[in-house]
Amino acid sequence: MTEMRRVMITASVVLVACLAASIAVLQKLDQIRTGATLEDVLYLSSPSAVKRMSLGYDGLMADIYWTRAVQYFGSRHAARASQYRQLAPLLTITTALDPHLVVAYEFGANFLSPEAPDGAGMPEAAVKLVEFGIQNNPDNWRLYYNLGFIYYMDMKDYARAADAFERGSKVPNAHPFLKILAAQMAQHAGETQMARALWTTTYQTTQDKQIRGNAILHLRALQVTDDVTTLEEVVAQYRQVTGQLPKSLADLVAARMLRSIPLDPTGRPYKITSEGRVEVAVPDDIPFIEKGAPPGYTPPPPKDLEKLGS
Amino acid sequence: MSTRILYIATNTFREAVRDRVLYNLIAFALLLSGAAILVGQISIDIEKLVVINLGLTAVALFGIVIAIFIGIGLVSKEIDRRTLYTVLSRPVHRWEFIIGKFFGLAGTLVVNAFFMAIGVFAALLYVAHKFQAPDGWILVALYFVILQFLIICSLALLFSSFSSPLLSAVFAFSLFVIGSFSEDLRGFAALVKGPVGWLVKGVAYLVPNFSTLNVISSVAHAQPVSGRLIAYNSAYALLYSAVALCGAILIFQRRNLK
Repeated sequence: MTEMRRVMITASVVLVACLAASIAVLQKLDQIRTGATLEDVLYLSSPSAVKRMSLGYDGLMADIYWTRAVQYFGSRHAARASQYRQLAPLLTITTALDPHLVVAYEFGANFLSPEAPDGAGMPEAAVKLVEFGIQNNPDNWRLYYNLGFIYYMDMKDYARAADAFERGSKVPNAHPFLKILAAQMAQHAGETQMARALWTTTYQTTQDKQIRGNAILHLRALQVTDDVTTLEEVVAQYRQVTGQLPKSLADLVAARMLRSIPLDPTGRPYKITSEGRVEVAVPDDIPFIEKGAPPGYTPPPPKDLEKLGS
Repeated sequence: MSTRILYIATNTFREAVRDRVLYNLIAFALLLSGAAILVGQISIDIEKLVVINLGLTAVALFGIVIAIFIGIGLVSKEIDRRTLYTVLSRPVHRWEFIIGKFFGLAGTLVVNAFFMAIGVFAALLYVAHKFQAPDGWILVALYFVILQFLIICSLALLFSSFSSPLLSAVFAFSLFVIGSFSEDLRGFAALVKGPVGWLVKGVAYLVPNFSTLNVISSVAHAQPVSGRLIAYNSAYALLYSAVALCGAILIFQRRNLK
């Protein structure tokens, strides 16, 4: 073997071995430095300072900060975290860098507003974010819709929700449903009915698979709430007539109080507990349920919403 | 073998000193002393923070600029001056030449960083009047900066082994910028699925990771650096430099110098 050939082979082998080892080390580094980038970037928490330092490339910087916000929320959400302290600053910086990045307001508010672990439980911060979005994008009706949604769902402030829907309905090309939502809100429609209207509008007015999937899950949960409420009324009626609790839903069918055994949104029959409560068979398959789950039930991590919404 | 590498390294160091590379220390001293004096007058309670941030960033950036602009000419300059033929006509292997050049440049940068580090600590003493225990982490940050130099030196040599000085500078500087955002790049790759995701992931792991070697912000806030991070960063920098050097040797070994 010539000297040159020997050097070539040795260098090639060392190159491949070192490359493989460096990738392995990098993966280890990623594990021990989880979230380090975010901590580093937030040492500079002033949006105006970040804007100045972006040297005019604030659009690109906004994209980078938005992606960081998504990664931060995604990783914390998957871990069922109870705190999302860096989320609001990341969104503030993102929208300060690019005030027309509407997606950051829409998704960002949905990250911030719901109670943990579904969100950061910071509806006030979400309202502030969306109001900033409206200030910079006054013709975008979806932002008013998002604002009304937060006021209604997470803050239970029906007057402000009605006002937000009303303001949105006056924007050119606004979805006609905003007027209906404003009217329903003004009439103080039933909570489930209103929630169903909101989630249906959400489903119908977006093409995003994640949002559609989320809306489907909420609509399913609302269906369960309605079903369980109705069925528990029938159980109470049965008890009043027979003096005892039904052992199963078949007893209610036999007593001609139900036409058939009702099915939950997953296609499984509801069941009656020995205490007379009506529950779904597998609560893990119906996230966000407020009724129909065993006492003390803890929901599992969220499933692939994109698959559901497609 | 080791003697030959040592000679080449020593000559590379001498040449850099003759090229007045160390003059950058004067600019550095002016920058840091100016900042130390000025910041105390125009701000409140961030004097120490500014001195650490500015000092370490300047050490890193000065070093990286030097590494790129000397590194890119290490091979091409020897070819242009025809001194390479004199060296290789002696019993010196081409790979020894590359390794020697690498150690020479790395040595220059370490010496440069050493004097700058003295400047950083002097400025720190000036603004804080005394050293505190967490200031020791600044040494770790400086060590990581030196690890960055090793990677940049090896990359500059890699590009220098097959490209013109101008293109080598562009390549090396681009890789430095991309590498500084490599954690973001891997974050983006994690969001992309399918073949494109794998492609982006592959690229993200191939470019050097400079962000993991940058602990300046946390050190400025007196946050400790874990022993594991030091160990893994050391291993990573050495392995990545070895990869780039092997690439440089492979290319240079086959290069037609006639």
